[in-house]
This record gives sequence, structure tokens and C-alpha cells, in this order.
Amino acid sequence: MASEEMEQLVRREYTQGFVTDIESDTVPPGLDENTIAFISRKKGEPEWMLEWRLEAYRQWLKMTTPSWAHLNYPPIDYQAISYYSAPKKPEDRPQSLDEVDPKLLETYEKLGIPLHERAALAGVAVDAVFDSVSVTTTFKDKLAEAGVIFCSISEAIREYPELVKQYLGSVVPQGDNFFAALNSAVFTDGSFVYVPEGVTCPMELSTYFRINASNTGQFERTLIICDKQAQVSYLEGCTAPMRDENQLHAAVVELVALEDAKIKYSTVQNWYPGDEDGKGGIYNFVTKRGDCRGDRSHISWTQVETGSAITWKYPSCMLRGKDSTGEFYSVAVTNGRQQADTGTKMIHIGENTRSTIVSKGISAGRANQSYRGLVKVGPRARNARNFTQCDSLLIGDTCGAHTYPYQEIGNSSAMVEHEATTSKIGEDQLFYCQSRGISEEDAVNMIVNGFCKDVFQELPMEFAVEAEALLNVTLEGSVG
Amino acid sequence: MSDEQTFLDKLQARNAVRGDEPTWITARRQAGAARFEAVGFPHKRVEDWKYTDIRSISRGDFELTDNAEFSPATAAALTLPIDALRLTFVDGVFSRSLSDLNSLPEGVSIEPLSQALEANHEAVGGALGRLAGIDFSPFTALNTAFTEEGAVIRLAAGTVVDKPIIVQFLSRANDRPVMSHPRVLVEAGGRSEATVIEHHAGEAEAANFTNLVSEIMLDRGAILSYYKLQEAPVGDLHISSLHAEQGRDSRFTSFNLTLGGALVRNDLVADLNAEGAETQYNGLFFVRGRQHVDNHTLVNHNAPRTYSNESYKGILDDRARGVFNGKVMVKRDSQQIEAYQNNANLLLSDRAEIDTKPELEIYADDVKCSHGATTGQLDEEAVYALRTRGIDEQMARGLLTLAFAGEVMEQVQVDAIAERVELAVAGKLPERFNLAGLVESASALGEE
Repeated sequence: MASEEMEQLVRREYTQGFVTDIESDTVPPGLDENTIAFISRKKGEPEWMLEWRLEAYRQWLKMTTPSWAHLNYPPIDYQAISYYSAPKKPEDRPQSLDEVDPKLLETYEKLGIPLHERAALAGVAVDAVFDSVSVTTTFKDKLAEAGVIFCSISEAIREYPELVKQYLGSVVPQGDNFFAALNSAVFTDGSFVYVPEGVTCPMELSTYFRINASNTGQFERTLIICDKQAQVSYLEGCTAPMRDENQLHAAVVELVALEDAKIKYSTVQNWYPGDEDGKGGIYNFVTKRGDCRGDRSHISWTQVETGSAITWKYPSCMLRGKDSTGEFYSVAVTNGRQQADTGTKMIHIGENTRSTIVSKGISAGRANQSYRGLVKVGPRARNARNFTQCDSLLIGDTCGAHTYPYQEIGNSSAMVEHEATTSKIGEDQLFYCQSRGISEEDAVNMIVNGFCKDVFQELPMEFAVEAEALLNVTLEGSVG
Repeated sequence: MSDEQTFLDKLQARNAVRGDEPTWITARRQAGAARFEAVGFPHKRVEDWKYTDIRSISRGDFELTDNAEFSPATAAALTLPIDALRLTFVDGVFSRSLSDLNSLPEGVSIEPLSQALEANHEAVGGALGRLAGIDFSPFTALNTAFTEEGAVIRLAAGTVVDKPIIVQFLSRANDRPVMSHPRVLVEAGGRSEATVIEHHAGEAEAANFTNLVSEIMLDRGAILSYYKLQEAPVGDLHISSLHAEQGRDSRFTSFNLTLGGALVRNDLVADLNAEGAETQYNGLFFVRGRQHVDNHTLVNHNAPRTYSNESYKGILDDRARGVFNGKVMVKRDSQQIEAYQNNANLLLSDRAEIDTKPELEIYADDVKCSHGATTGQLDEEAVYALRTRGIDEQMARGLLTLAFAGEVMEQVQVDAIAERVELAVAGKLPERFNLAGLVESASALGEE
């Protein structure tokens, strides 16, 4: 393929980069116990929550940034970050879309996410997070009817303190890792979902995260609890405007599945990856973990990662309940100077636990991508099963693709399989398509989409469409 | 006193009684000691040593020995019954009486390191330490500081050696445990061909520490098979680094077979430096009791159009623990390479543990690379199928275990080695060669 096309692709502008001018209530950069107290007060949190945050902060102070990932970035100055930013007048939260700041709606329009339309068409309740405070929640009544609690984590802390106290930090403890500790200390918002016993959530829940105010770290905290025999599917999608300074994102997502519960968590992540020199992209350090606490429970992670300058993310499953199952489906695309170190951990603790890992990595330009995964089978996890497939596709000769799968097997009845391949789009494959009248562009799309098919089919309908579009935009014309 | 200091004190005492030696050797010793002192023994927080605890070594108190006395009868029983050229070391000390270096073919030079240094130290000095430097690991640094003895094998260009060359390390049951830091140096000239067997064995009660560093250089077109048969007593501690450097169109085949030792750590590195170079890594470990075996392999595809294939099989019983870390590194511009890697493990006990990590690090795009890792257990239906044929349970399990090892064992060209391994894995078997069909039909029945 013509190299100009490749050039063109590499130089392509981030089409969703723009800044909406909304006055933010932002604290000066810096982090100490006062900042945390400010956040807690701003959120109207009870005393125990502040204590919890401070405990996390004190642990964080003793920790050092992890250095084991295959990533290269300058040290982050945590004192140069502002830890709180909220749209003005948090008390006057709009009750319906009409009350929402028109500029915000405009932002969503530009993103191609017409909130009302999407909500109406797809029957999706949207807890839209603009910067740090949830500004609108739809279909709340319908959810309330089913007994499902879907609100911002701040609201949950105020309204459902018992549930929050019981579950917050029970999957990802405050001192779990450097970024989780930081998040625990300063998280400003995120979603809270509780699906009561026996309830199948009547619609797919969705939150759109969006980073807006410049120089503001985004620290989301999501907690989803699925009680016995309950089911929920949760969608998370992200885009961000163009910025020059690197923005830090350190989210924590905790999932708890009790007996026979099912949680499906899907992510499309398309944050700003930085310019062609890798400048200005989002740093994405995320801790996501699901706890299959009850017997026969099920947690499934599906992710499509196309954005961010740096991705450090390992959605994991603790398979504690007997016969519980964990799944991880991932497509990660890196281009330009993007770096991704991502994968999963499947910790088999209970008997007859099963897990599946399918990871597809596509690396182009000067990007580097690593799959890093752990499958651990404990001594009591009799008959545990794991199947792992991770494939990498390299586009261009200046990118890198790496695989670091860890297996720690301590049980003779375990069956664990790992397979990985690395290859490029074959000249013969392209030739075959072209000889049948398919343009090179389309052929590449077909091959790449075919490569990712195993993952895309796990996504909910509306996300699958978005994901395929994202992938095509990201990679069109990049094969030569 | 720190663990490191114990070893450094031993070194100082040794240096005090050492005779004159070329200044470059003294300088290297000092550099090795300085490096070891600076980095210290590795611990489990270091990624490369995450799964292997070496405190049984670092907290040990090992003597150095100067005598190579060994019961000839025991030696005979331990020695591989092969017509071969043989160098024998007892606790790291060269034993002339247990070696067989008469009638060396033309173009072949085999001698103990001490002798090679004495004859022409400059010829050895250039090659020694070139591949396995002091910065590779604390143990290579330690070895460099203590270097005295070892095997130097040189093959002139075009030499084809018919007989295998055996480098035998015997471990003795001493009153106090001893340590040795031997070197193996193989220089295979252009288009030369040979089979080298590194064999570790010893008296059952031995509990010594061997810290081996091997460097193997294959010139253009050289073909070398390198067998490492680890049958050390179950009390022995063993650390080894084996580095191969490959020239154009050379072929290096490594067999790393571990049956013995309390703690065995093997680091294998192959540098494929020119087009057409090919590396084949075959490995098998069968460990029981509380044995611990750790294999770290690294293949560096430094040049385009190079090939590597790796197959490691692990069988673990009782409370044994196995570690496999295989890494394939493809450098930028190393296009059109093929690299395959496979690790399969069989757990025969609930208390056994395997930690495996097959890694790929790839910076070129026109490559075919794949790796796989599996862990499982014997197929109960296949066991049943064999039992219906009148084979007792133990034998049935032995046969199936052997079948599991088959892929690696089939590649073994030295019958005496294959027999030793098969005996260990499957117990005493009636006949070696009619087993394959029986196992195959049993497996087929199991699948039906």
C-alpha cells in the first residue's frame, strides 16, 4: 500500500478532541490530608468515609510506583495534579435532560452520543459523568421499580452507607497497589450499582466517562454488587478532548457477584492517545477486579482499548465460589507512540472454577504493546480449568508486541492451556482478497475485524458497532 | 556476617594460597568478586528469581576441595556406558584416572581448564567470560571470582567427531558440603560436528553446591548437540548458566534433562547472530519429593532469517516444584524469523506446583512466532484403557507419563541417555522399543 496513506493515518488528527468551556470548581494542585478532607467535605461524606480515605492516603505515602510493566514514561508529579474538579453548582443537579447545561449536551453531540436518543433507542440508563460529578441519570424510575440501585458513588455513600461500608474495598483493598491506594484516597465520583436478589436488571447500565478540565486527574470509583441470582450488564465508554499536558487517570472498579449472580462489564476506551510524538495523551492506570464470591457466580470482562498514551490495566477475577466462572475478552489497539501493558488475572480458589481469556493485540506505528496475564490455581481449586488465547498482529516494522503470561499451578487436577501467536497481515491474504475485487483498504478491515471477532461478539450490540467503527478509524490504511 | 561475606571470605582464603597466575585472571577474579559483592545473592523480589528461593545456597557454608578421590566402583556405576571421550571432575576437581582422553581424533582438543591455562593462557583468555559475563547474574560473578577448573573443548574447522564427548561432574558425600565453580568452554570451528554430554551424578548422600558456567561458540556452519543430563543426588544444589553464540548457518541443539538435585536452576541463552542460525531447545524435568527445578531460557534473534524451536516438558510429583520461564526476543530488523516455544506440564500430585511463563518480546513485524503452555494431568480414561489390557495401574501411569515425555525423548539420539530418563520416568520397563505402539493404542482407546 502507498506509504502516503500510512503517513496520513499516522498523522490523523484526533477527531474527538475539543474542549467544552464549563466553569469548573477546581482545587489548586497538590495532595495532602487537607485536599482529601476538602474532597470528602465537598462530597458531603460521613466521617467514616474520610477516615477510610485518609487510611488509604497513609498507605499510599509508603508505596512506590510499580516499575515492572513494559512501559516508558517520565515520573508523574503527584503534587502537580489537581484532585478535584466539578461542574459548578453541584447542589442544583438537573432532574431531566432539559435542565442540563446545553454546552454539555453539545459535547455529547460532538462525541456522537446523543444522550436522549441513545437512551430512548437502546433503553439504556445513562449515568453521565462529566468530569467528576454525575450530572444526569435517566430511567431511574424504571430501575427503582425493579429494585436496582444505580447512582453515583457519592450518592451511595450518603444514601446507602451500609452497603458501601460492607463492599467498598472488599475486592480492591485500599493498599492493593500504588494507583488503587491513590484512588481510594482521592476518588471523586463513579458509579454504584446494587442488583437485589433474584433480579435481572431490566436494561443495560451505562456510564460515559469524560475527562474535561485540563490538568485534572480523574479518579473514578465504581462498585457493582450483584446479589444472589441477580444479573447485570454494565457498559463503560470513554473519550477525551485534546490536551497538551498528560492527564492521569487512576480508576478502581470493584465487582461483587454472590451466589448464581452474573455480571458482564464492557468497556470501550478511546481516550486521547497523544500527538505523533506521544505528547499529551492520557495515562490510564486502572485497577479492575471482580470477585466471584458466591457459588456458580459469573463475571465477564470485555474491553476494547484504542486510546490513551499509556494503558496499565488488568481486569481480573477472583474465582472463590464453587463452579464460578471468569471471562476476559480484550482487543487492544496501539498506534503512534502509544504504550499498553494490559491483560488479566484469573485466580482460581474454589472447586470447579473455570476461566477463559481471549486477548487480541494490534500494534502499529511506533507503539508497544504487552499482554501480561496470570492464571493461578490454588491447592483447593480442584478441577479448575483455564483456556487462554492471546494473539498479536503487528503492522509496520517499528512497533513491538510482547507476551508475558504467568501460570502458577498448584493443583494436579487443574487443566490450564495457553496459546499465543504473533504475526502480521500476510501479503498472500491481501493478495487473495484483492484478486477477488476487494480493495486493499477493505481487505485490511476485513482481516483485522476477523482477527478481533472472538472479542467483538462478546460485546453488547451497540458497543460492538462502536468498537468496529473505532477500530476501522484507528487502523484504516495502516498496512503496506 | 552477611551471606555474601561468607563466600567472599572463602575466596580470600583461597586467593591467599593460590600460586602465581596471569594478571588478567587476577583482575577478572577481582571484578567478579566486586560485582558479586555489589549485587549480592538474588532474592524472590527479583523477577528472574521470583519463584526460586536460593537461601539453601546463600546461607550454606561450603568448603573448597583439592582432591579428586572417588571410589572407582561407584564411578563406574554412575558413568554413562558409552564409548566416549571423557573428562571427569570430582567436586569440581579434575580426575585424570576417571577421564579418558587417549587417542583424541585429529582436530579435537579436550583438556581441563587448568591445563589449558598453563599451556597457553592467552588462547583461553579471549573466549572465557565473553558470553557469560559477570553482569549476567550474581552466580556468574561468583563463578568468575572462583574460576579454577573446568573443561575446554576445541574443534578445528571441518572436524567431525564420531564419539560423544562427555564432561562428567561427580558429587561426593563429604563430611562437610563443598562447592565448586567449574567452567565449560566449547569452541566449535566452522562446519565442525560433535555431540557433547554434560553429566551430573554422585553419591546418594552428597549435598554439595555446583555453580557452573558454560560458554559454547559455534562458528559458521557448525553443528553441535549439547546434552545436559542432571542426575545429581537429591541433596545437591546446582546453578548453571549455559550461553551459546551462533554464527551463520550453525545449528545448536540443547537437551536439558533434569532428574536429580534438590535445587536446580538452569539459565540458557542462545544468541543467533547471523542468518541461517538455528536453535533447538529440548527440555524435560521429572522431579519428586521436595525437589525444585527452575529453567530460564532466552533465545535472542539478533539477525534476520533465523529459526528457533523450544519444547519443554515438566513432570512433577509429591511436593516438587517446577519453574519454566522461556523468552523469545526478536530484535528490530530481525525480519523473517520463526520462533516457536512450547511448555507442557504434568502434575502427578496435588502438592506439586508449576509456575510457567512463556514470554515473547517482538520488535519486528515479518515474523512467525507462537508459544503455548499447558498444565494438566494423566487422562484417567487412558489409564483405564491400559488396565483393561491387563497392565497394572502403576505401570499404566508410568507408560502414559512416558508417552507425555515422548515428544522430547524421541529427539534424544543417545540411547544410554534415553534409557536412563525412561527408567526414571516409567520405572523398570520390559522393552524400550515396543512401548510406543502400546501407548499409542491405549491413548487412542482413551479418546474413543
